[in-house]
Amino acid sequence: MTAPDTTGPDPTKPDLTGPHPGMPTYLGMPPFPVAAATAVADSQLRRNLAHATHTIREKRAGAVAELTDWQALRASAQAIKDHTLANLDSYLLRLEDNVTKAGGHVHWAQDATEANAIVTRLVRSTGADQVVKVKSMVTQETGLNEALAAEGISAVETDLAELIVQLGHDRPSHILVPAIHRNRAEIREIFHREMPDAPGDLTDDPAMLAAAARTHLRQAFLSAQVGISGANFAIADTGSLVVVESEGNGRMCVTLPRTLISVVGIEKILPSWRDLEVFLALRPRSSTAERMNPYTSTWTGITPGDGPQDFHLVLLDNGRTSALADHTGRQALRCIRCSACLNVCPVYERTGGHAYGSPYPGPIGAIISPLLRGVTSPIDASLPFASTLCGACYDVCPVESTFPRPSCTCAARSSTPSGKSIFLRNGRYSTCPPMCFARRGCSAPLSEPGPWPAVSSPGPAGSGASRRR
Amino acid sequence: MRIGLFVTCLTDTLYPGTGRAVVTVLERLGQQVDFPAAQSCCGQMHFNTGYRREATPMAHGFTAAFSGYEAVVTPSASCASMVREYYPALAAEAQDPGLARAVAQIVPRTYELSVFLADVLGVTDVGAYFPHRVTYHPSCHSLRMLRVGDAPLRLLRAVRGLDLVDLPDAGSCCGFGGTFSVKNADVSAAICADKVTAVRQTGAEVLCAADNSCLMHIGGALTRQRSGVATMHLAEILACTEDAPPTSVVTGPARRRARRRAGAPG
Repeated sequence: MTAPDTTGPDPTKPDLTGPHPGMPTYLGMPPFPVAAATAVADSQLRRNLAHATHTIREKRAGAVAELTDWQALRASAQAIKDHTLANLDSYLLRLEDNVTKAGGHVHWAQDATEANAIVTRLVRSTGADQVVKVKSMVTQETGLNEALAAEGISAVETDLAELIVQLGHDRPSHILVPAIHRNRAEIREIFHREMPDAPGDLTDDPAMLAAAARTHLRQAFLSAQVGISGANFAIADTGSLVVVESEGNGRMCVTLPRTLISVVGIEKILPSWRDLEVFLALRPRSSTAERMNPYTSTWTGITPGDGPQDFHLVLLDNGRTSALADHTGRQALRCIRCSACLNVCPVYERTGGHAYGSPYPGPIGAIISPLLRGVTSPIDASLPFASTLCGACYDVCPVESTFPRPSCTCAARSSTPSGKSIFLRNGRYSTCPPMCFARRGCSAPLSEPGPWPAVSSPGPAGSGASRRR
Repeated sequence: MRIGLFVTCLTDTLYPGTGRAVVTVLERLGQQVDFPAAQSCCGQMHFNTGYRREATPMAHGFTAAFSGYEAVVTPSASCASMVREYYPALAAEAQDPGLARAVAQIVPRTYELSVFLADVLGVTDVGAYFPHRVTYHPSCHSLRMLRVGDAPLRLLRAVRGLDLVDLPDAGSCCGFGGTFSVKNADVSAAICADKVTAVRQTGAEVLCAADNSCLMHIGGALTRQRSGVATMHLAEILACTEDAPPTSVVTGPARRRARRRAGAPG
């Protein structure tokens, strides 16, 4: 056992020395083994995680076992995702066209900085200094809250777990349950300390904690001029967006404010509502072990007199076209963020999410973070190795019959993704905005890889050219 | 049937007794077993660590060494799955039609030991006698890549005198993961700690698996805890009879260390 590196940043504590003091960032994260060593040494964390992940995994297994056509659904989902990714350029244009026809505005963002600048500009133009947010992983990815704060705009996270994370100046550690690393007593302490309107006699009773959050958030909902959301799916045929959630707070975010801004990764697109049907069957059972999702909100542009009257869709690349260009890595773009893989992963179960140094933890995070960001940082270079290759994630993944199989993990280990947005790198974006992705922006992203140079014999250890290990 | 024994690196270097046990069992069943000396590593370690290109010569070597056999049998689900699952992909990625043809020939004839015995030969009672309480750890690659199903359990249930007890949460990984145990030693050890707890809960004298890699990892922890639980590869249990009991149920490096301490030659 190696001793944790005590000189590096403590991965269990937010980095409060980043560009925006007080706001946690993912900058300067130590490599996975170092961060994981600290997490593994935290007995309470391991106990909490073991209990939580085992509970969810057993419930999921029961919910999935109810369906006799699960494997057929899986195969359909995979086929739909692969078809959509292979024709991403035309579906994105169709989505843009239909959103625009429905009265919305579409913006194209090549990276996090550009997405944050677009959103900040849109919020500023409304004159608002506060926004409400429905849980959105993609804005965690771009660091939107920090960018808004730098411009004097406060963002209120309205998903309960996300609110706990935000009030605790913390980072999410699970895709579905962002505050899985916090227990009730800690949540009460955070509310007591950070929530001005929390009742003085607040206990750690879950109902009382939820009631305090409800009262706190109601103010924000009723006064918010701007709502910011992500989307689980975007339907190209009609220009509709879909958010699935369990609390109803997301629905208030996408209906109450006058202006709605949705930041969506380009891989979230589905061709049609028929395709959505498959995913609405797969996702709740994989994610929360429910037969049906509690709140499924959909919207198409604007509806005069009802809901937001100003709608903006920000389509984000931020390394996705780089992942798309990787013939194995592109399978990771099928991910629908259900988190089933986290709950069965022996590594996640012992380390929790923070060690992964990304909003995307667990087996999928270990693949997708290096694909999106490149492998230039110590954490990203170490993530593809944060797997025992046990294949438990593959067995529960609802969309991918070949990923995250060990083969894909191993592919990630051998590739050196740049994390750069390919279409922008080729300079097409500025001259030809939306006509970019798969076909026009990248010379041959969907072609198979070329032959390898001949290798006569395996070299000695460490002779693997200049690749990072 | 003329069988080529694919012994694997780990068995060859650390657990040669497992290789001998495979030969014993197969010969007892009337099979002819050869050990082609040209064999080498299957390349899994390279492949899994990201050196896919460097694994290709290993696939060439494997197909050449075993081309003349009706069946290739190996006491490792992990190495068998490397050949069966990934050699075709490797040949395709290398765009090497010759290798692809050779792989297509050899893959359907390459078997993990328990599958070969139970499903190919159709034998579950191999004439073994092992009067001990045993629990079985299904390795990840046997369970989720090769999908050997209950072949090892059918073989163990047919061993005379053997008391097979269920391992709690059996399907969970032991935390070895090849280079994972080196690169992420802390997490690997934490995962193993839970596996060891489960093993000890069974009250078994012997932990059995179809992969020496898992047994090396779990066995290391069991030995350090002085747990009194030994590890034995499935082949070694199946090789035991009334006339040929195990010399000791402590195998591999631990036994060698004990011998060294006792002043005996390695």
